[in-house]
Amino acid sequence: MSFNNLDTLYRQVIMDHYKNPRNRGSIEGNPMTVDMNNPTCGDRIQLQLLVDDGIVKDAKFDGEGCSISLSSASMMTQAIKGKPVDEALKMSELFSDLMQGKDIDEGDIDLGDIEALQGVSKFPARIKCATLAWKAMEKGVDVEKED
Amino acid sequence: MDVKAVRDEFPILHQEVNGHPLVYLDSSATSQKPIKVIEKLDEYYRGYNSNVHRGVHTLGTKATDEYEGAREKVRRFINASSTQEVIFTRGTTTAINTVAASYGRANLSEGDEVVITPMEHHSNIIPWQQIVKETGATLKYLPLQSDGTILLDDVKKTVTSKTKIVAIMHVSNVLGTINPVKEIAQIAHNHGAVMLVDGAQSAPHMKIDVQDLDADFYAFSGHKMCGPTGIGVLYGKKALLEKMEPVEFGGEMIDFVNLYDSTWKELPWKFEGGTPIIAGAVGLGAAIDFLTDIGLDEIKQHEEKLASYAMQEMNKVDGMTIYGPEHRAGLVTFNLSDVHPHDLATVLDAEGIAVRAGHHCAQPLMRWLEVSATARASFYLYNTEQEIDKLVAGLKTTKEYFGDVF
Repeated sequence: MSFNNLDTLYRQVIMDHYKNPRNRGSIEGNPMTVDMNNPTCGDRIQLQLLVDDGIVKDAKFDGEGCSISLSSASMMTQAIKGKPVDEALKMSELFSDLMQGKDIDEGDIDLGDIEALQGVSKFPARIKCATLAWKAMEKGVDVEKED
Repeated sequence: MDVKAVRDEFPILHQEVNGHPLVYLDSSATSQKPIKVIEKLDEYYRGYNSNVHRGVHTLGTKATDEYEGAREKVRRFINASSTQEVIFTRGTTTAINTVAASYGRANLSEGDEVVITPMEHHSNIIPWQQIVKETGATLKYLPLQSDGTILLDDVKKTVTSKTKIVAIMHVSNVLGTINPVKEIAQIAHNHGAVMLVDGAQSAPHMKIDVQDLDADFYAFSGHKMCGPTGIGVLYGKKALLEKMEPVEFGGEMIDFVNLYDSTWKELPWKFEGGTPIIAGAVGLGAAIDFLTDIGLDEIKQHEEKLASYAMQEMNKVDGMTIYGPEHRAGLVTFNLSDVHPHDLATVLDAEGIAVRAGHHCAQPLMRWLEVSATARASFYLYNTEQEIDKLVAGLKTTKEYFGDVF
């Protein structure tokens, strides 16, 4: 494998999110908090969501991890902020398909920067890094629904 | 030791990964298998696969002879005084769990203490966490020195008359520390405690004499020493094992079964419930023959040379942090600047170099090191200095690749 292949994984936009993460930190008040880790590698993420009236009003994350897991968290918070919960879940589905190397039909949904992570699908060992934040979001929304 | 000849024995090493010759530096996770072990498994399944210790037929007798023959090979390999002290298990994890569930459950109660270290592998932490919760005993940790070693003075302070079990790894899978388990066993015995040695990272790499170590229990895995996965060994002193209850019940381990009560077979079979791991044990026997023919002292010497060469060369790379003491077993755990170990391992993999990245099943130790993860290169008898040169070149590439990020 050459650097070209690595470049499909480490796209510039990914490294930008890694270096300058968006929405890193915590939400004041009483947000929904989800802690999730990847026990096989030690990556940890804390995701905070503020959901009001079915809309993700705010999303922030913190944690430790590799460039893929942290940039994915950064991109995700950026993408779901201000979106209806249902749309966030739809994005998560699309993202899962993207990771499995499937062709996706975005429809009305704008994945934005997230598509840069498409290359991860060619590195099976790293897919779990990319999906960690999304799993945390799904878990958080699930708990929110039960409340 | 003729490394080239050794490498010829390992078919898997002669392949390209991502367009580069494979450089396998992850033997602490699992070692590769020599042709003799692969052929032995083949021979067993083609020639005399049969259940053991039952049946009078010819294949059954052959399988039993090979299975029990492997036990004798293990006995000699660790210098146990009897094959009754050699129990086949699924691996180190099962071996330690057996001691915790059997010896621990019977001998621990409130006020008693189990002493371990923060450098232990999860498999030598969690069984003790669970059994102290159940029995009301307390889990105590020995302190570590800043270089990741244990001071005998600290052992003397921590181990007291309350201590019933001391459980310590012989060689750290992260730091490479070689712990003074013989001296620690002596301290444990002075206080009437038993000593369990986790030998997962020592049995493959150095001559083991359980009688000289005076270990009460010694656990190790076959797959880290050129054997198949799914087979391991629990050594225990006969006097202790005889008093211990089995933890798995069923076929194979019984003597007489009544409607409401049963009695157990004698050692070692009372601890081997169910059809045993026959092929695994036979394969482990072949691995022991292979390692013994080369010589464990030769292997140890080779790995020490590789480790010190690796330390010397890796330290030349800008931004390198190496964890653990100077004097170490054949592995180097490290971090490179702010490059996350996963990213580092992915770049190295693109160059055909296999290293481990993550917490190495030692989360408490990662917290002690104040890192979330590390990368590890580990060596075995088939690795060469040229491969370490490739690793170092790969690390420089990694730095270049992520250079503009940090």
